[in-house]
Amino acid sequence: MSDYRILNTRAPRVDAVDKATGKAIYTDDLRRPGMLYAAILHSPLAHARILNIDTSRAEQLPGVKAVVTYREAGTTPYGVSPARYDETIFCHDKVRYVGDEIAAVAAVDQDTALEAVRLIKVDFEELPIVLDGRTAMDEGQPLLHEMHKNNMCAKVNWHFGDIEKGRKESHIIRTDHLSSKMQDAAFMEPQSILAETESNGNLTMWSSTQAPHYVQRTLAMALNIPLHKVRVIKPAVGGGFGPKASCSSAELAVCLLAMKTGQPVKLTFDREQVFLHSRARHQFFHTMTTGVKKDGSLSFLEHKCILDGGAYASFGIATVYYSGSLLGGPYRLKNMKYDGYRVVTNKPACGAQRGHGAVIARALFEVQLDRIAEELGMDPIELRLKNVMEAGETTCNELYVSSFGMREALEAVRDSAAWKNKRSSSGKIRGGGKGIGAACGFFVSGAGYSIYRSRTYHCTVVTKVDEVGGGVTVNSGSADIGQGSDTVLAMITAEELGLSLDDVQVASGDSKLSVDLGAYSSRTTLMTGHACREAAQDAKRQILEAIAGKMSVAPETLDLKDGFVVSLAGEIDFSELRKEYLQEHKGFVDLPDGPQLTFAEASRVAFLELGTIVGTGKYRPPPLGGSFKGAAVGTSPAFGCSAQVAEVSVDLETGEITMDKITGAHDCGFAINVTQVEGQMHGSIMMGMGEALMEEIIYDKKGRIVNANLAEYKIPTALDVPPLDAIIVESNEPHGPYGAKEVGEGAIMPVIPTILNAIYDATGVRIDELPVTPERLMAAMKAKKDKKG
Amino acid sequence: MKKIISLTVNGVSHEVAVEPRRTLLELIREDLGLTGTKKGCGIGDCGTCTVLLDGVATFSCLTLAIQADGCTVETVESLAENGQLNRLQQAFVDQGAIQCGYCTPGMLMTTTELLRRNPHPEESEIRRAISGNLCRCTGYQKIVEAIQTATEDSDE
Ligand code: FES
Ligand code: FES
Repeated sequence: MSDYRILNTRAPRVDAVDKATGKAIYTDDLRRPGMLYAAILHSPLAHARILNIDTSRAEQLPGVKAVVTYREAGTTPYGVSPARYDETIFCHDKVRYVGDEIAAVAAVDQDTALEAVRLIKVDFEELPIVLDGRTAMDEGQPLLHEMHKNNMCAKVNWHFGDIEKGRKESHIIRTDHLSSKMQDAAFMEPQSILAETESNGNLTMWSSTQAPHYVQRTLAMALNIPLHKVRVIKPAVGGGFGPKASCSSAELAVCLLAMKTGQPVKLTFDREQVFLHSRARHQFFHTMTTGVKKDGSLSFLEHKCILDGGAYASFGIATVYYSGSLLGGPYRLKNMKYDGYRVVTNKPACGAQRGHGAVIARALFEVQLDRIAEELGMDPIELRLKNVMEAGETTCNELYVSSFGMREALEAVRDSAAWKNKRSSSGKIRGGGKGIGAACGFFVSGAGYSIYRSRTYHCTVVTKVDEVGGGVTVNSGSADIGQGSDTVLAMITAEELGLSLDDVQVASGDSKLSVDLGAYSSRTTLMTGHACREAAQDAKRQILEAIAGKMSVAPETLDLKDGFVVSLAGEIDFSELRKEYLQEHKGFVDLPDGPQLTFAEASRVAFLELGTIVGTGKYRPPPLGGSFKGAAVGTSPAFGCSAQVAEVSVDLETGEITMDKITGAHDCGFAINVTQVEGQMHGSIMMGMGEALMEEIIYDKKGRIVNANLAEYKIPTALDVPPLDAIIVESNEPHGPYGAKEVGEGAIMPVIPTILNAIYDATGVRIDELPVTPERLMAAMKAKKDKKG
Repeated sequence: MKKIISLTVNGVSHEVAVEPRRTLLELIREDLGLTGTKKGCGIGDCGTCTVLLDGVATFSCLTLAIQADGCTVETVESLAENGQLNRLQQAFVDQGAIQCGYCTPGMLMTTTELLRRNPHPEESEIRRAISGNLCRCTGYQKIVEAIQTATEDSDE
């Protein structure tokens, strides 16, 4: 691996200097001549019938250019999963949550747009509301959508192996529960959208999206514009983590306003709108019964889950599948039953968020493993090591793990955190307010199938060599949302072409550049990485063929290295080729004069011989998964895995929890950029820590969010997050480019249970409701004392 | 009623007519076109809008433009000198302290003030200083490391 020049290093991100100087352009930084400002009318009620919408006063306000409702927008259904399209651009019959979009306005300035929204009069007939996901399916509950009978928009009933057989083989069987709260992704950049039309009907939208390709399709479908006339461009994006992956009503509304007015229109959410739009973490209610044999090997898992997903399906269909499927690993588990129900309630819709669908399920399962280890008198890490899968194995739900450094990761955190010195070997807890805990997790490295049914390539890359010679541009529709995918593409291209990073430009995030399904399911490094490598190699082949032809040597005897053409078959005299190059560059200084042909010369000669050199690459996963219903979700060409150890201190008087340290090890296959792999691990750990200890959306009785701001919805600050130690494990994934696979989401999987297990070690108390706030912990500690007392 | 104010932003003096309720953030981003300063919340919760007002780290979203009348403002655009990143910026780039970059301008300005006051802060002082600047991407680890690196460099 050490023979790479660029890969596997700590190369700085290609966009870091622009971001450090304030030059990076995010959507809200854009301004277009004649630009109008948009505002949206959100529903003040959680569930109501719309009797009438009167926009006349808004339309008359000076400065207002357009007011649109469902009457202008139409009611073409859209959403994420084609079988569950349950959204329309604006509400027409009913509103289903506080924040649901009813109308939008474009005006000459922001104040006028907001004033116009206030002048729209809507008559409602209030309807009874459903707020509790656990009872949403009960008979007699108000119904949100005709298409979701009993308020259930998806269910999964899986049974792999035979849990009854597993039950009989079990020495210990235990049942536990864990529930969580809806959460917000809390990216720092609120969603922003700018749209503009051309006289030929072409529509361009700049948006802080994670998935230009899917958004392009949804705009074309819902607004009824030919697909090729819609272009979606993603400028710099200030974090996404999932919620920016689906097309929003706001994106559609802004495009519609641009089409109606013929002027550019911009809308940027305020922070409250970010919370209202949500599409973030679902609320989960899990129950699991797990059995193990005497020796600690797992015999079965029976798992039930209700997912409260708010008012619309969004990504929720995939979510309910992921909640079940990703428990198939990282342990050998032959018998697994899963019953999952995704319900709708009158709250903002939930969707995908880092660790999609799987984090709370993972949390409960890993807590169960610790409780079982305690009953067995076994060290919890030993119990895990006894059960971990190895590369080449297949889970009971037919997920094949082609590389798997789970054992190595677990041993790495155990040793690095000096587990054996800190944890009592008898399996007894330490108590006294100091605790240490461990857990594992695993995750897909790119979804095996596109969201709409298609044989589409998941990504293509077009690498164009500059005709003037010297540089290349990588064209990709992929989306760098802060995770650093542009840097990965630049590094791969520079490595393949023997260039320095400075000579590679990455143009990305534009639906015109290539097909790419976008930044979700931790897919870009593996999938776009493959296509990028292929495109670079294609360009390289053409350049070398041109030079070989000129020099009458076999192309296989030439290579590109460190900015030069090198001959593997002895020195070649390039002076004839150079003559032409020098002639073209009379007056230039610093012209090549060494014995080797430079890349600038070679690529220029190739252009003179062949015309523009364009290398192309593509990637689509091979057919994956079993034949059972829903087998597609959870499939992936590869799986990343993670282990973590957390150390905590708990104030036994106040319930205050202090994180002392988290040590994480993640198997990313091969670290293309070492710094960025660590960065993804750190970010995942921090997000998981917030979810474990502080983050929850709180609703009042009428379904209104009471903490829709970053002061009352607390996320970790620099004072909350302890020192993080990130250990990289490289298992050399056969299906990944250079052996690489995901790190963006796998590293969040163990965080919550690692912390829960550490808190138990510190206090002897188990909490089955997240987040573990000091109040909840105090109450649990008190309950335990009272019981004893 | 607009009011004429004068202020110096990144060494350049400006005279601008502003509505009394216009924020310093809006003035910087929209009237002066300095979009490096970000708006993550608009209500003082996130720190992405941090600038130095007469040398003091300040949330520009909570400051009225008219309050900056006669003041000196420094934004992220002022940090690089002659196209060269300053030591702190370079450390952020090299250490991987930047991911999505949306918190970066505010983070840099808060730290600039800290390092002027205290060129060799302890880790705990660094963490306290930036605790009003939220970052959702990095877990703060590499940001803290970058700031430490920048202070070490200054010993040389
Ligand atoms: S924008 Fe000023 S503190 Fe968030
Ligand atoms: S780098 Fe994204 S918020 Fe800090």
